[in-house]
Amino acid sequence: MSGQKLTLEEIIAVFDICFEVEFSFIKSEEPAQLIVKQSRSNQDFILNLTKRIAATNQELAFQFAMNSSKALAAMDQHMVKAWAMTATDNYDQKGLFPAMTVIRELDNFVHTAHINACGAVLEEEISVLLPFAQGLSGRKLKIVEATDSQTYTDTETLFLPAITALLEESKDNFLIYKASVAFLWAQIQCGTFRVQLDPALNKQLFVSDYTESHTQKFLALEAVRLEAYIKRELPGLYRDMQMLKQKTGEHSELSDDWKQVTKKLTNIKASVEDTLHCLNLIDDNDCPAPCCYQGTLKLDKVDAVMQKRIKKEKAYFRVALSELAIDAKKNDTDDAVETEIDSNKKFNVKPRVHEQTDVSGVIELELDGELMPLPEHVKQLITSIIVDFGEIPPEHLYAAGPGEYDLKKYDEKQLDPNDVWQGTYHEEGAELYNEWNFKRQHYHKSWCVLRELEIKPVYDDFVETTLDKYKGLLKSLRHTFEILRGEDKLLKRQVYGDDIDIDALVEAWGDAKSGMEMTNRVFTKKHKVERNVAVIFMVDMSGSTKGWINDAERESLILLSEVLQILGDRFAIYGFSGMTRKRCESYKIKAFDEDYNEEIKGRIANIKPQDYTRMGVFIRHMTRLFSEVDASTKLLITLSDGKPDDYDTYRGEYGVEDTRQALYEAHRDGIHSYCITIDEQARDYLPHMYGAANYSVISDVAQLPLKVSDIYRRLTT
Amino acid sequence: MQSKALKPEEYFIKDEPYYQSVGDEIKIFEAAYKQKLPILLKGPTGCGKTRFMEHMAWRLKRPLITVSCHDDLTASDLVGRFLISGGETVWVDGPLARSVRNGAICYLDEIVEARKDTTVVIHPLADDRRVLPMEKVGEIIEATPDFCLAISYNPGYQSVMKDLKQSTRQRFVALEFDYPDAALEAQIIVKETAIDLATAHQLVKFAHMTRDLKGSGLDEGASTRLLVHAAKLIHEDIAPVTACKTAISQALTDDSDMLNAMNELSSSLF
Repeated sequence: MSGQKLTLEEIIAVFDICFEVEFSFIKSEEPAQLIVKQSRSNQDFILNLTKRIAATNQELAFQFAMNSSKALAAMDQHMVKAWAMTATDNYDQKGLFPAMTVIRELDNFVHTAHINACGAVLEEEISVLLPFAQGLSGRKLKIVEATDSQTYTDTETLFLPAITALLEESKDNFLIYKASVAFLWAQIQCGTFRVQLDPALNKQLFVSDYTESHTQKFLALEAVRLEAYIKRELPGLYRDMQMLKQKTGEHSELSDDWKQVTKKLTNIKASVEDTLHCLNLIDDNDCPAPCCYQGTLKLDKVDAVMQKRIKKEKAYFRVALSELAIDAKKNDTDDAVETEIDSNKKFNVKPRVHEQTDVSGVIELELDGELMPLPEHVKQLITSIIVDFGEIPPEHLYAAGPGEYDLKKYDEKQLDPNDVWQGTYHEEGAELYNEWNFKRQHYHKSWCVLRELEIKPVYDDFVETTLDKYKGLLKSLRHTFEILRGEDKLLKRQVYGDDIDIDALVEAWGDAKSGMEMTNRVFTKKHKVERNVAVIFMVDMSGSTKGWINDAERESLILLSEVLQILGDRFAIYGFSGMTRKRCESYKIKAFDEDYNEEIKGRIANIKPQDYTRMGVFIRHMTRLFSEVDASTKLLITLSDGKPDDYDTYRGEYGVEDTRQALYEAHRDGIHSYCITIDEQARDYLPHMYGAANYSVISDVAQLPLKVSDIYRRLTT
Repeated sequence: MQSKALKPEEYFIKDEPYYQSVGDEIKIFEAAYKQKLPILLKGPTGCGKTRFMEHMAWRLKRPLITVSCHDDLTASDLVGRFLISGGETVWVDGPLARSVRNGAICYLDEIVEARKDTTVVIHPLADDRRVLPMEKVGEIIEATPDFCLAISYNPGYQSVMKDLKQSTRQRFVALEFDYPDAALEAQIIVKETAIDLATAHQLVKFAHMTRDLKGSGLDEGASTRLLVHAAKLIHEDIAPVTACKTAISQALTDDSDMLNAMNELSSSLF
């Protein structure tokens, strides 16, 4: 966009529309004065962004316009756009005030932008850090962003700051993350937290003159021991850690006392007890400053998680032992009768032949002198218990008596997705999807809350009636679909195959006799033509389908499922409905991996009209479901009765544009979308959403069952 | 088209293939062979199944005919087919027929990869009949006492399509294979590649890390075979981290995040 600069009046005219000045009483002159001095390209850029923000909030747009010139002086257009979008995202998630803060605190954003440019962002690195942490031996660890920007662990989860920007290069900042992960892992693995378990050790740490510096000293001494462990186990990373210390300038001169204890703590057999012994040998001033990756100790958090886990694992382990004992007894007696085990049955840990330094190596258990085979989940339990205690405590080794433990008690309580509106609103068990705002030309992040719900099957006579009603149609449909089925095809004149193609051979032989070159294509070969189609039917369950539309939908699904059985195509059926972005409900009628059986038929029979049609979020959900399926053709067929429509702002152009964007995302992932609708007006909006050739309007609802199968056949051949 | 004739006598293994026994698999194989029972080797890829077969062929002094099964493997690929030679059709035995006639050990590697109709061909051979019907020539060949049928499959592929039919699997004596324990695996690497024991230990440690990731992003952990590959590269002065990347990580996954994570693990180790 080039040309002459816009005049003050022209800018004011644009702003007047953006801000709706007649109603909002915002004064357009003020920001216009600032912008009139900008180049034409910048003017266009600002006006365009202001329009987009005004679609969200006019006050926010006004503030943006006021600060835009200053922003352009500090950042390039790309970053200014990011700044504006951060503000609108904040508006979506937190409201107007936090959004305004982003706009007003421009300097802050410029500063963070710099950090973002060279820093490592946890959200981006977690996809590498998590498998890294899980690849290290021992308990399977989780990684979570720390709300207080500190680095620590509760022995199950590693908490890391959202951004690390201590060093100039992002590569080095990533290394800090990596070192932190390994360091926290070493804390768990080498029993740093055994101080919480053993009262005697605990006493040593929390002596009467306990101070914050005391814990600091403990952490510093532990660092020596743990780094020695890392040096033995992960020498490559240890080198990187030393390099990090150099770069952050944390290499300080060490006192003689410190060197003395270092010698003791780097010993391969050093334990946390040794660290505690050394506490008194060292003066507070001798402690080197904590290095960039070592984080902090939060023993209260450790305590809570540890106590809970130890109880839980003990219960699980002892129950697992009793199961093992029962299995062993059954094998001995060949008795199918349920045997019970008394809690005196004690297992023994088989002594190790080789001395192994790695504590997480799985041990072997014996019962009555016989070695027990350990299932995978028991091995994991053993690993976790040994990480905590360094061994399996003797009281763990008694098999649980009948009814001694109720394991359900230890399971995490999960909120039921069905109870979302009961008591306090929660988003547990839900998936969050973005939604496209066409005016803003940007997504609302994690905007729609989608839950997958089950439909209970009803066993009435609906299915039989339908099959009876469409007996004739079904017969002809079956016939048509049988023809489609991939069958063995005999390919003739092949270079290589199962049998000889006599015709070709005779010909070739004749050729050879008459002096011509003989062909080598003299075989026949059986070739299986396989259909590799996966299809999801997305069924509109909005309130407007009540009555005969709903009947027709259900009948169509029954007929279609019957004929798809013949074809062997993988198919799934999901219903969709909801009310507002906070309650989008996807009803699972048939998943890909479920067989079409009586239960599924019962579920189809129980499809009932619900609320509204917020389509975009469901298309995105189906796209995600498709990503788990491997098929060369992926087809998403929507059965609908009208425009996308929801209780809130999701109607008209907004709904259509979001649906279009969702379909575009699906297309990008290789999914073909098709819409079958009974809305006579659909020709006005469907071509825009699905494309000119990707929809059918069926004027007579009664025709739906026939048409759906027919359209499917057409689409997949 | 001239197909290359398989000469069973060429398949005698003269030098002892290195195989480190983990349990009593050698004893069981010998017993089954003596009793003319077919054998099924189960285990993850690259844990030494094929090497074990070579070792057994050497031990029992029988030729070994290996067929790597694939999804286009037809019954005639195993039994035999007519070919054209000098203006006439000539019957040429397939590898299975050759083994049956010559009393060789026929090893069908990764049997589940073959088409279902193909696996049925081995049924009459795998029970007490020990015969191979050859429909096209109207013959039935009876196996010589030395003949042995062995198949392998990897139960780790959790695909419905790639499972062994009950009617097939219930004809075999099954031997289960798994990766050897850490110390033994390191020893195997040293023996196979002549790298130093310390590096071998680190490689095994890396393998365990990848095996821990099975199910959290990886379909399979690194096999002993991959470790040997990496060790061979290291032996040729390739840096260990690069060797792990090219010989192990890249072989395990194409996912870039996972590759990065594995590179971080290996660079931590070396």
